[in-house]
Amino acid sequence: MATQTAATAVAPAPEAKGTSTRTIALAIVGLLILLAAPFVIYPVFVMKVLCFALFAAAFNLLLGYVGLLSFGHAAFFGGAAYICAYSIKAWNFPPEIAILAGTLFAAALGAVIGYLAIRRQGIYFAMITLALSQMFFFVCLQAPFTGGEDGIQGVPRGKLLGFIDLGDSLAMYYFVAAVFLFGFLAIWRIVNSPFGNILKAIRENEQRAISLGYRVDHYKLGAFVISAALTGLAGAVKAIVFQLASLTDVGWQMSGEVILMTLLGGIGTLVGPVAGAALVVSLENYLATSSFPVPVVIGTIFVACVLMFRRGIVGEINAFLDRKK
Amino acid sequence: MTMIFGYPLPALLSQLLIGLINGSFYAMLSLGLAVIFGMLRVINFAHGAQYMLGAFFAWFLLRYFEVGYWPSLILAPLGVALISVVLEKVFLSRVYKLDHLYGLLLTFGLALIIEGMFRHWYGTSGQPYSIPSVFTGALNLGFMILPIYRGWVIVASLVICLATWLLIEKTQFGAYLRAATENPTLVQSFGVNVPRLLTLTYALGAGLAALAGVLAAPIYQVSPLMGQNIIIVVFAVVVIGGMGSILGAVVTGYMLGLVEGLTKVFYPEASSTVIFVIMVVVLLLRPAGLFGKE
Amino acid sequence: MTEPLLEVKGLQAWYGESHVLHGVDLTVHKGETVTLLGRNGAGKTTTLKSIIGVIRKRQGQISLKGTNILPLPLHHVAKRGLGYVPEERGIFASLDVHENLMLPPKVAEGGFSLDEIYTLFPNLAERRRSQGTKLSGGEQQMLAIARILRTGADVLLLDEPTEGLAPVIVQRIGDVIRALKEKGMTILLVEQNFRFARRVADRFYVMEDGHMIDSFRADELAGRMDSLHETLGL
Repeated sequence: MATQTAATAVAPAPEAKGTSTRTIALAIVGLLILLAAPFVIYPVFVMKVLCFALFAAAFNLLLGYVGLLSFGHAAFFGGAAYICAYSIKAWNFPPEIAILAGTLFAAALGAVIGYLAIRRQGIYFAMITLALSQMFFFVCLQAPFTGGEDGIQGVPRGKLLGFIDLGDSLAMYYFVAAVFLFGFLAIWRIVNSPFGNILKAIRENEQRAISLGYRVDHYKLGAFVISAALTGLAGAVKAIVFQLASLTDVGWQMSGEVILMTLLGGIGTLVGPVAGAALVVSLENYLATSSFPVPVVIGTIFVACVLMFRRGIVGEINAFLDRKK
Repeated sequence: MTMIFGYPLPALLSQLLIGLINGSFYAMLSLGLAVIFGMLRVINFAHGAQYMLGAFFAWFLLRYFEVGYWPSLILAPLGVALISVVLEKVFLSRVYKLDHLYGLLLTFGLALIIEGMFRHWYGTSGQPYSIPSVFTGALNLGFMILPIYRGWVIVASLVICLATWLLIEKTQFGAYLRAATENPTLVQSFGVNVPRLLTLTYALGAGLAALAGVLAAPIYQVSPLMGQNIIIVVFAVVVIGGMGSILGAVVTGYMLGLVEGLTKVFYPEASSTVIFVIMVVVLLLRPAGLFGKE
Repeated sequence: MTEPLLEVKGLQAWYGESHVLHGVDLTVHKGETVTLLGRNGAGKTTTLKSIIGVIRKRQGQISLKGTNILPLPLHHVAKRGLGYVPEERGIFASLDVHENLMLPPKVAEGGFSLDEIYTLFPNLAERRRSQGTKLSGGEQQMLAIARILRTGADVLLLDEPTEGLAPVIVQRIGDVIRALKEKGMTILLVEQNFRFARRVADRFYVMEDGHMIDSFRADELAGRMDSLHETLGL
């Protein structure tokens, strides 16, 4: 059969051994942008981008490096947001502990959903994750502590480690930037570790990985839990930034959005999801002031990506640079 | 009053009836999904949107052309099938050679576009579609009151499922479909126009969804959201039943509708999640699905 | 000799990136049975698949009854009278014997009628309601051939019809092929079983590494045995 997996279709050039000067230069430029951004752009907007960038990067760990398409990542994002927001409001948790609680919750939920979903492959995996996250959505809709349609509003940002006032928008910003950087580097480490290599081997050829003696299910589940945890981290931080956790964060539309960010930026590339998140968040901000229906635009980009550039923006740029070499 | 497990019989029966109605829609929709998947290997995320389009088609016909229910029952599925022919030729036919996930993403995008446009035009509230006059009123069956239209929907859905099954199992067209599901290249080498077969199959599946939409219009309101509310549940139905068998999809659909109805009686809080819970149990006990062969 | 019915010139073919056929020429005249010989991997099956068009990545010319069929969509080729029986036989598991038989659409008048087919293959008549894959290997092969005969195709591409079959069944297949020759069918046969091939073929081609390396008539066979022993490893 002439099928290709989602990830190999965009087969990123094998990452160069060691770090090339190009990568170092990019990293420095990226870091400078990260530091300078709040002085140029509205900080809340950049924070939103960073939260979604981490979300998309965590999602891409699964899709891009293991070849698993989860259609239910909103459950981890929104679930962690609820736990974080609730623990701050109801139990006066300090932000760092609340974020940790949200992240751990997402990891646990990821273990359960992942354990069930890896029993099937391909599109069934996608449908199962979608169905389970929808079930979680209904639980959130009915559970008393989530505030139903209103969500949990007015979550105080609190003092980080007891002395950094996150009410200050610059402090909040640099905290979010630090969390993003931590998550991004963690993903980078994982992808380039022996564990990451096995994940990629599973993506390329699951049967072969099995016959080589790898317990593929363990690796898949491991990757799923890590992805869910980092997604939860992004969701928890988002709840503090916007002081809000709501049903929007757990709905299937959110799962669709993170897929779009990753697809648009470039599946299986490290920077792609970040670029995709920045673009989609900007676009939504822009559309929010127009009367143009957002889902139609999102849907159109989906169709265009699938039909015309499956490698995504970063994937296309990489391919272009490789051709020039 | 007769009581069963401490519940009055009429209340129990009327919930079962509602369950059976929902089950009829699950059956028709998962049937269409299974037909499309069998042939195209694409999970048609736009299935909910096509169901919604069917209902809106009937509503348009009534509202702007004074075309009633009966002609709509034919015209709406035909219209949606035609639209779907275009969708297949312009979009879907380009992703068959890729990983199946791209088909899912593509149809997801199409669903967002279609539903987004209708939501933009008609908002989230539903438009009423009145029950055709032959079907107004209710029958007193002695042990319960059966609204005639609901009875009709159950009968109609059974007939539709049976007819689809016959089409696939007993006709030459069905033989082409079954053979092409196994080995499309060989079937094409015999001189069968397989690309056209794919288009027709997609149109057939979408037409089934639209037909379900027309049947649904008088029961639920005609709303841009009606498709996305049901499609994820139908996905769960499909995971539970497995998509290997047409009959499996249909039986699972009715069964889960009934289970959902029963849950409304005994534990209403769980009625929106019970199908997902069953999916979890099936995944634990029989990962390939009740009728799956893998 | 009559006009060539099937004429292949400079046929090249690729499996993905790998170049498998490097310019194959062959001619089959009306009423002839021509056999492609060669070791495993020589490109015989690929040649048949490229002629019918199951392999799409091709170059060259394939003219059937005077028309170049190479650019045609796959489903237009059969309509010009080309019938293909693949190596793996391609019996559909979800169809019963009768449905398998009735599956290929008729492409011309003059095909075998159902009665003729069931007379020629009495086993199939007995098992007409059995699921296709419940048949034995021999019966599956008979079915694969029978199903093409019904369509009225007059040029048959048969890929290793005797592979993996018991000698007595091979005998039956040989009878069938001779019966088809008598009816005037034109046959291009791929065969590993040399003893079988020499009983039915009028002419031979020998392939190696995606090239034609030899061709000769049945009456020239005796003089070629030594070289055939070498190329085919008989």
